[in-house]
Amino acid sequence: MATTMDPNNLPFLSEASVSVEIETEDMTLNIGPQHPSTHGVLRLVAKVNGEKIYNVEPVLGYMHRGYEKLAEVRTYPQVTTLVNRIDWVSGFANEIPFIAGAEKLMEIEVPERAQYIRLILTEMARISSHFVFNGAFPLEIGALTPLFLAMEDRERVLDLLESVTGGRFHPNFNRIGGVKPAAGAGPTTKKDIQDLPAGFYHDTKIAMEKVLEAVERFENLIGGNEVFKARTKNVGILTKEVAEEFGVSGPILRASGVPFDLRKYSDYLPYDNFDFDIPIGQNGDCYDRWYVRTAEMRESAKIILQAIDSMPSGPIQSKVPKVIKVPKGQTYVRAENPKGEMGYYIISEGGLGPYRLKIRTASFSNISILPVMLEGALLPDLIAIMGSLDFVLGDVDR
Amino acid sequence: MSFSTELLIKVGIVLAIAPAMALACTLLDVKGSAWMQRRPGPLHVGLRGFIFPLAAATKYLQKETIIPDEVDEPVFKWAPAWVIAAVMGLFTIIPLSPTLIVRDLELGVFFLLAISSISTIGVLTAGWSSANKFSLMGGLRAAGQLIAYELPLILSVVGVVIQAETMSTVGIVEKQIEFGFPFIIAGQGLAFAIFMIAATAEMMRTPFDMPIGESELVMGFMTEYSGIRFLIFYISEYINLFVMCAIAATIFLGGYHFPFLPTEWVNFYGPLVMLGKTFGLVFLLVVVRWSFPRFREDQLQTLAWKVLIPLSLLNIMATSIMKVVF
Repeated sequence: MATTMDPNNLPFLSEASVSVEIETEDMTLNIGPQHPSTHGVLRLVAKVNGEKIYNVEPVLGYMHRGYEKLAEVRTYPQVTTLVNRIDWVSGFANEIPFIAGAEKLMEIEVPERAQYIRLILTEMARISSHFVFNGAFPLEIGALTPLFLAMEDRERVLDLLESVTGGRFHPNFNRIGGVKPAAGAGPTTKKDIQDLPAGFYHDTKIAMEKVLEAVERFENLIGGNEVFKARTKNVGILTKEVAEEFGVSGPILRASGVPFDLRKYSDYLPYDNFDFDIPIGQNGDCYDRWYVRTAEMRESAKIILQAIDSMPSGPIQSKVPKVIKVPKGQTYVRAENPKGEMGYYIISEGGLGPYRLKIRTASFSNISILPVMLEGALLPDLIAIMGSLDFVLGDVDR
Repeated sequence: MSFSTELLIKVGIVLAIAPAMALACTLLDVKGSAWMQRRPGPLHVGLRGFIFPLAAATKYLQKETIIPDEVDEPVFKWAPAWVIAAVMGLFTIIPLSPTLIVRDLELGVFFLLAISSISTIGVLTAGWSSANKFSLMGGLRAAGQLIAYELPLILSVVGVVIQAETMSTVGIVEKQIEFGFPFIIAGQGLAFAIFMIAATAEMMRTPFDMPIGESELVMGFMTEYSGIRFLIFYISEYINLFVMCAIAATIFLGGYHFPFLPTEWVNFYGPLVMLGKTFGLVFLLVVVRWSFPRFREDQLQTLAWKVLIPLSLLNIMATSIMKVVF
């Protein structure tokens, strides 16, 4: 390319060609572990040229707490306290697959009413997680207002969770074989165990109406916003094939057009009793990932309303031995968590606690596509793509 | 009164008024955002939220000034001064009434555009001297943005200048009184829209706040600043907001003039009318700021070069043709 020519001796001006090649050095930009929009302590080492990104290397482990090892020295009921803290935005949903795994090994039938309570609270955790996403994602691309609206709306759902479990984020509510008597239920006697607080059905119905209203508001405020569309449409496109290759799961996979939802394909909770849709996206871009999560909130509210109407009566705890010992064996139970597929591989040697616990979390697998998606993106797109993946660092590092 | 005494008094008045207006704009911004975001704090805490700006300013004054080792110290220290000098200078040409003006310059509008681009130097040097990659990117983004949006800002005002046949701000207001309509109705509606968009970009407010872009660049060119120097950047941002809205009110909305009020009393009601119009525009920008995410850098440049500049050229052409025909 770099041929020199004398501009004065050109036969025609149109033949002049600019052949300047500016030698620029790539800059290594260290984004995180302390940065406003890395959701905690993710670190990205980005090679950038101006605003363009050539190469991104995520560095994990700043928040590693060793939960898999800690679980080995704890009894089964104690482990639920730990797993609550993996994905703290939807603490309740983390307990379900672990408890279901232990129950599967012990071959315990869980009463239907307990199953329904678990299902309702899991869906509430999903709604609250997606509310956080609806606040955090616009914040990352520069809009502050949805954050406050989302936090206020989320509070209604958290209040309900608190009234039942006693905890907003870390309920520690599931027991092997059922659920704990509700925190707000008043004094319990052996004969008459009150399982849900008074007025729960009524409050839930009102709260779900409000959630549906909030979803509509977000669809107008965020989804109908031209600047939001300009920032997210056709940005960070993740094709079906790449998503499947990298083991991406949850709303991100569905946004790429794969209608895979464990609530339909697995039986860890009685989801087949309810009528709900799986929203899927068309292009797999950031807008679709926002759309899928927001539409899921509506479906979750629908599930909760149906469950409230068809709530079976009966016990909330089946008979289990006083000292819980899980027979020898191994199992893998996975569940559709708000962030994606979460699974626990439990190996039991017949002791009080698991011999080995492998935790498969959604965020860890989901952010493995970051280097692929970010190659050639612009720096503002990096933030948009990262925000649309909706990961939690506790869920990545465990 | 000698020239120097007069100058001293005028500078003193501007130095007193400018921070007061910045505080008023901060208050409006904070209260507007709290109103839109249903945040109780700024609406109820501390005399219904009215002492908030003072509390914030006092907090920044108390903070320690941290100057990192690697920075280019004199440049780093002087950068905020460039910015605040530029925005304070703009007060010169804002007429609160026909006589209540620092100086009615013949080339008023030209002065506006010349002075407002000085702040680019401050922003760029702040970004460069900070010895921080985020600051550098913020400074470069700011430079690109300010250069790109200076053009539509100038070109949108040119239409008004052609129509008013003067560059003096008082002259432009008098012309609007003569027409009986402000310029926003009398043919310069498009120019007003372009001016407001370009002014928002000049002020680096959302949706054009990429130079600061806290989710991308931490705090952009201000990342390494703390204490009073950060406060100066912060205050000049709000002074700039006030000044730009005041200029828009003067040029497009008839300034100190209010219809059906007797013109001989203009020195009394003029300042109130002017402030009312200005804060109306400030409120408009507050609502815009808290409703939109920010654009991407390339979208910002596309908007400037492919939309706003051609439109403002078109506006100049149409205005000139109308001027010649009528």
